[in-house]
Amino acid sequence: MNRHIGFLFMATGLLFLLAGIMFGILGGVFYLFPQELRDALPFTKIRPLHVSAIVFWILFAAIGGLYLYLPKYKKKHSARLGIWHYLLLLIAATAILGCYFTGIFGGREYWEFPPILALPIAASFILLGINFYKSMRKNKEPWPAYRWMWLTGIIFFLLSFTESYLWLIPYFRDSLVRDMAVQWKSYGSLVGSWNMLINGSALFIMEKLSGDRTMARKPLTFSMFFLGLFNLMFNWGHHIYSLPVNDFIRYTAYIVSMTELLILGKIILNWRSTLSEAKRNKHLLPFRFMTAADIWIFLNLFTAILMSVPALNLYTHGTHVTVAHAMGTTIGINTMLLLASICYACTRFLGKLSSKSIRWVNKGLYFGNISLLVFWLALLGAGISKAMLQTQNPSIAHGLLMQQLKPWFIGFTLSGAGIVAGLVMVIVPLLHFMITKKIKLNTQTAHKLLQHS
Amino acid sequence: MLNHVFGNTTGIKITYFSLFSCFLLFTGFIYTSEVPQTILKNEQHELAVKGKQLWQKHNCVACHQFYGLGGYIGPDVTNVLSATGKGEPYVRAILQNGTATMPDFKLQQHEIDALVGFLKEADATGKSGREHFSIDATGQIQNTPQTNIKP
Repeated sequence: MNRHIGFLFMATGLLFLLAGIMFGILGGVFYLFPQELRDALPFTKIRPLHVSAIVFWILFAAIGGLYLYLPKYKKKHSARLGIWHYLLLLIAATAILGCYFTGIFGGREYWEFPPILALPIAASFILLGINFYKSMRKNKEPWPAYRWMWLTGIIFFLLSFTESYLWLIPYFRDSLVRDMAVQWKSYGSLVGSWNMLINGSALFIMEKLSGDRTMARKPLTFSMFFLGLFNLMFNWGHHIYSLPVNDFIRYTAYIVSMTELLILGKIILNWRSTLSEAKRNKHLLPFRFMTAADIWIFLNLFTAILMSVPALNLYTHGTHVTVAHAMGTTIGINTMLLLASICYACTRFLGKLSSKSIRWVNKGLYFGNISLLVFWLALLGAGISKAMLQTQNPSIAHGLLMQQLKPWFIGFTLSGAGIVAGLVMVIVPLLHFMITKKIKLNTQTAHKLLQHS
Repeated sequence: MLNHVFGNTTGIKITYFSLFSCFLLFTGFIYTSEVPQTILKNEQHELAVKGKQLWQKHNCVACHQFYGLGGYIGPDVTNVLSATGKGEPYVRAILQNGTATMPDFKLQQHEIDALVGFLKEADATGKSGREHFSIDATGQIQNTPQTNIKP
């Protein structure tokens, strides 16, 4: 739709990623020194700062992809709407982080800011929807799957984001169980909605890199899209197996979650061709990030399916196994795919990165992913140990439990620092490249305009 | 089969519309399905609602959980009032002074009352500990003894 705005979104996203991983490290340090940091850096502030900064990284970078990959339309209001869209989201994000710093909370998990700040976020997505519609309305060709994914991402973000504020109505707010059920229903779909935006861009890039225009139009691709949509709509209940809700909700989640086995099966079946493709395209930076994401998809899908079996979920729920899954998907899948998208956008629209930058990005990619693997295993270890300790002694004191888990906490804090180092090696060269190239391109355009006049 | 359904735009639109319709129906069911009724009297329920507001104002969910959902720095508090060796005096003491890892939020007496009221209501919804669940033949978990959800 608009390249300048696309890169503006992506660069801002990278800044939020930097902030988010720094807050993440502080969170890890809090696990090691809770007593010393209790008043100076309370976890009630660190956790939302980390979570929201990362959510805004995902939103900004994913939306940036849409502005770059959707067809352009010529009317001026594309840029104007885009700028408004960007400003609304940026103002909301900055105000939200400011609220957390000053201790002003709305107190809902993951959206811990005062509800009024939800309005600019929702408005920004409405503007994105308008821009998407204007970009697509004259396009009479059948849509490839990635456009359906982007559309779904926008629609379901608005629906589930609105739904996550139903607690403002007494009917929902006054019953803890109904409130929690609706809250987790909306969160499940919300995560699914930004996954649709990200996966749509990933499919778009795969189509462009392979040069195979049929890839995103094949019936099998659409069947996988619908399987994802089906899970977005109905599988969220695996978060609340232990909540005393109607059995129909819990069984639906159980059955629907098991359909993800089809995706796992497809990954295993395609493994050999994926490997040979990875070898063929290993010189391409975006492809390397996508290969890393592929490995994480396999690992996380495998654990997600296990965790969705209620008999196993009974032990993993409420432990760091859930955190391992959340981190594996957010860093291993979402962040890798978004970085692939940024690398692709940079090389396609701004030119080649210098060999020095590529070296740094590659080092960061390997270092970050190896650290992530250790981090993920440490979290799994912490979760499994917690479940075992609680099962052996259900009335174990929480302080004692945390003390026994400390070796795992040291493991995930140190490897967390490794992830930060790896991501910084990727973020800094990309940001530097984007800023210098954009300034150069803008100066060249200005010169040309001056010469014409 | 796949070709027949997803090989053309009409098939894609019909599938999308059908799924979306099911989603709307399911959403309606979730909004209206039975949940454990509060056993507290009106006045106590109002106190619990105030307690919930305070819970959110201080962002307690960053560290604590209900039914295993929330942050893990602090313990799950769903049944803290009925847990062996804990109970109301224990909860009031912690809310009053904080702990080594939980800050002292400088709560007023009426705020502590409201938070305790909220925890009472949470406690009445069911049991969250693993020891209260059994696994049925399908692999699904069931709360035992049955919580006060209506059939």
